[in-house]
Amino acid sequence: MEPAITTGYVFPNDLHIMWSLMIVIYPYVTGLVAGAFIVSSLYHVFQQRELRPVARLSMVGSLAFLLVATMPLLAHLGHPERALNIVVTPHFTSAMAAFGMIYTLYLILVIFEIWLVYRKPIIQLARRSRGFKRWFFATLALGVYDTSERAMQVDRRTITVLAGLGIPAACILHGYVGFMFGSVKANPLWSTPLMPIIFLFSAVTSGIAMVIVLYQTLMKFSGKSISGACVQSLAQWLWLFATITATLEILEIVTLAYERSEEWVVVGELITHKIPFSFIGVQMIFGSLIPFLLLGIVVLMRRFLTDPLRNTITFLAAFILLIQVFSMRWNVVIGGQIFSKSMVGFRELYVPRLFEREGIVTALAIMILPFIFLALFNHFLPLYESDQEEAPGAPTET
Amino acid sequence: MPRDEKVEPVTAPEAEDRRRFLKQFLMKASGVAVLVVAGEKVFFSAHAADSEAVPPGTGEDYDPTRHRYVYLIDVTKCIGCGACVRACERENNVPKHHFRTWIERYMVSRTGDVAIDSPNGGHDSFPPEVTGDDITKAFFVPKICNHCTNTPCVQLCPVGASFRSPDGLILVDEKRCIGCSYCVQACPYGSRFIHPETHTASKCTLCYHRITKGLLPACVEACPRAVRKFGDMKRLKDEVSEIIATHQVQILKPELYTEPNCYYIGIGKEVR
Repeated sequence: MEPAITTGYVFPNDLHIMWSLMIVIYPYVTGLVAGAFIVSSLYHVFQQRELRPVARLSMVGSLAFLLVATMPLLAHLGHPERALNIVVTPHFTSAMAAFGMIYTLYLILVIFEIWLVYRKPIIQLARRSRGFKRWFFATLALGVYDTSERAMQVDRRTITVLAGLGIPAACILHGYVGFMFGSVKANPLWSTPLMPIIFLFSAVTSGIAMVIVLYQTLMKFSGKSISGACVQSLAQWLWLFATITATLEILEIVTLAYERSEEWVVVGELITHKIPFSFIGVQMIFGSLIPFLLLGIVVLMRRFLTDPLRNTITFLAAFILLIQVFSMRWNVVIGGQIFSKSMVGFRELYVPRLFEREGIVTALAIMILPFIFLALFNHFLPLYESDQEEAPGAPTET
Repeated sequence: MPRDEKVEPVTAPEAEDRRRFLKQFLMKASGVAVLVVAGEKVFFSAHAADSEAVPPGTGEDYDPTRHRYVYLIDVTKCIGCGACVRACERENNVPKHHFRTWIERYMVSRTGDVAIDSPNGGHDSFPPEVTGDDITKAFFVPKICNHCTNTPCVQLCPVGASFRSPDGLILVDEKRCIGCSYCVQACPYGSRFIHPETHTASKCTLCYHRITKGLLPACVEACPRAVRKFGDMKRLKDEVSEIIATHQVQILKPELYTEPNCYYIGIGKEVR
């Protein structure tokens, strides 16, 4: 590798960006996992009944992204064949070593909850089908064919408990990702106790935004009507979480700037001269301010909006927020590596190549895989409930 | 016998010196001969005892618990010749554009502006100063891994590939390292890099393969001005330990509380 172009004084070993596009993708994907799960919990635990149309979609969507969450890490590691060392012989003082355990526990929890939610449709399909399909669904039913009201009641209660447990699990899964950055004391942009919280709130924002985009797209393609109440509720939640996220992100920078500590010399220069486009332009103005205004219209002026107009504005705001969260990940991961640990020099800006191990094509492939999984899942088990269908995962009436 | 009387005071000590020299030579030569016969193992300890530079417990008998290494850099002596960087590169086969040790040049102007450079890590020494400012002071600062006692790189390594050895050095097990670069991010001093061929973390080991045999690190041995000093806190009458105990010494980035084991003499506030 040839030395990169630098300005100021950069430590000789600090010439290259070590954590590339893959490490931008990784927190983005886990954020979608956590965020989507929170949406399903809003329905299962917090009884937000208008979210019923997206309850299944958000849960399966969470699993879809969870299944690819390790891929960017594997694409990044110098020795991916040794990746299991993290699980087999973890070094317990390392934040990264917790990944294996948190990931596995969360995966088990999500799969178990999805199984319970889909237990009735699985049994119905097993009874209705013949041949391989029958065998397949019978295997999925795990030999339990009890669909009595009492059994369904037990399922519903278990789902509520699991969804309740899933909230801290999702928070730990993503909070831990934020902690991985927040605990690096060598890096003044990362090293703040706010980092895990910022990651968590932006994760929920991205999860809700993804569910809005996915739900509307899915309904459009399947020719079904979009539930206005559902979109309205999602828009309100999105507005709340996006506002908190933006506030925290601004607070972090404002605190650094106001303290005028040594760190601000390098972080201020970074924001104003090195990444003003992706930070001020994309993350703050385009990504935070515009959706704030758009969702503000949806939330505050709902009486004046028709269903299609509300859906379109919400879709647009959600899409922009997906870009915002990605830009936030980019600005943290890449931005945090642009300045040298000498604190008086900068590397050249990192631009990923199209075709390289950690390049754009790999990133796109990883981001497309969850949608393929969702399409496959939808082929066997519906991602949305028809209005006539009894909701197996519906919250218990109180 | 005035003539003899004049000569005697001169020749007598010479003769005595010769006798003492011959006596010592024969004793040492016979000692060495015995030791050579006794084998390499004994030779090492004899060599150590002879030079008084290395305590027992090195070589094949190396016992890491009997050592506690420290490093001292006297910035006031450094001339930025780059001999240490070149020696390190040769000794450890360091890949191009990566550094286990490097030298920084600080040029401070009357107005307080600081210009820092380290062209190719100081490997090829330094070109004439080019800042154009009225430079009132300039100095070179050699850098290595600080082998911190409270090091973030070991704490953060997810598989324990980075570890602290009983003799106080931070080492990397290349066979365990997964190449995640977390340690590279965690090191506040920029001492680590990912080796472009092994794809694992790499850094200064204080020439562990040499020091465990009683030799000095390559950079210390190559330095023509004795800027770099290598010591052992567990050795009696250790020069470096003595300086650290009795003189004003500094460490890099003390605010991060990493507790470096590489000490400096003469660094100013400008040093990063």
